[in-house]
Amino acid sequence: MSQASTPPVVQNSGQVLPAGNEPANLGDILERVLDRGIVIAGDIRVSLLDIELLTLKLRLVIASVDTARQIGIDWWEHDPWLSSRARPPVEPGPRDPEEVEASRRPRVAARAARRDRDERYDR
Amino acid sequence: MNGTTAEPVPVAPTLGTGVWLHAVVAEVDPASLVGIAGIAGTPVRAVAGAGLVAVVADVPLTEYGEEALRRNLEDLGWLERAARAHHAVVDALARTVAVVPARLATVHRDDDRVVRALAERHDALADTLARLTGREEWGVKGYVVPGATPRVEEPAGGGGAGAAYLRRRRAQLTAREEGQRIAADAAATVHAALAGHAVAARRHPPQDRRLSGAATAMVLNGAYLVERTRVDAFAALAGELAERHPELRFELTGPWPPYSFVAEPAAEPAWE
Repeated sequence: MSQASTPPVVQNSGQVLPAGNEPANLGDILERVLDRGIVIAGDIRVSLLDIELLTLKLRLVIASVDTARQIGIDWWEHDPWLSSRARPPVEPGPRDPEEVEASRRPRVAARAARRDRDERYDR
Repeated sequence: MNGTTAEPVPVAPTLGTGVWLHAVVAEVDPASLVGIAGIAGTPVRAVAGAGLVAVVADVPLTEYGEEALRRNLEDLGWLERAARAHHAVVDALARTVAVVPARLATVHRDDDRVVRALAERHDALADTLARLTGREEWGVKGYVVPGATPRVEEPAGGGGAGAAYLRRRRAQLTAREEGQRIAADAAATVHAALAGHAVAARRHPPQDRRLSGAATAMVLNGAYLVERTRVDAFAALAGELAERHPELRFELTGPWPPYSFVAEPAAEPAWE
């Protein structure tokens, strides 16, 4: 079922779609260029971690965390980025992802504000 | 603008140009870089140092300086364009040589600083490049298929409408938990099988639905480093696994530059 040179996108229905020329999915690109790749200290220091990985990190990963944890998937809990900076509070019960993100927004804002304040006091 | 001090000198954010690092390679034919546009649209250049080559592009600091980057990275439109442009360079390089992709937004003051970074990280970079030669990354994502998991029968019992509601609700929750467990088990099984046919494997957190664009939850977001000569067999295996696990819908993506396999070499399982 696999073609010689162009491996197919495998779909479960038995459908096999050619993958060759499709532009890569934005989510796939973002998680790779932002989360992976080698970190070499540049002169211009914009740590992606400092930007609350902005709205983006939230959209990319965090909103999935509750869902995934409900399913019992938690292999990234040891990831220092996720566990020290972005771990959402554990709350019981299945919840709607939209609701989860909506409820988190004020908390993220509060966290950012707290960090700003701490930084000011540190100086 | 060669620095005269050993310490990094802060760059004035609104003046001049910086050097954006796309990737590091062992060596590259300069002719192969012709026609590859860098992050800001200008051609990429090769900066050699310490026996390695950095593929870079000059960028105006008005857009890529510290302040500007901080602002721009918060702009999803800018971020998408930058991510795609950066990826396009890395991807073009990866089609001909082994590459170590740089994380987005790695900017140096000038070429000298790039060479210095190459020298400082030489051993790790060279080791990584050696490991990645002849191999490419493939992604396999698995999504829940609604209704593919067994339904729990509605339990019978006495009591009023309230009790019946509670029983029904409990049965729904049980069915949901059961479905989630089955999906998670299938994801783990499929990942293990794919990892067995890869040089190295990683499971990443599943993507949020708004980014994945999928209608149902992702339960597997795997990355696999595969020998180029074994890609067909890997794809065939992915197809077999998809048939064997109708409870998930799979997507195979690639080839990718080996983004998922350049960091933390110490934690890497079973490099051959």
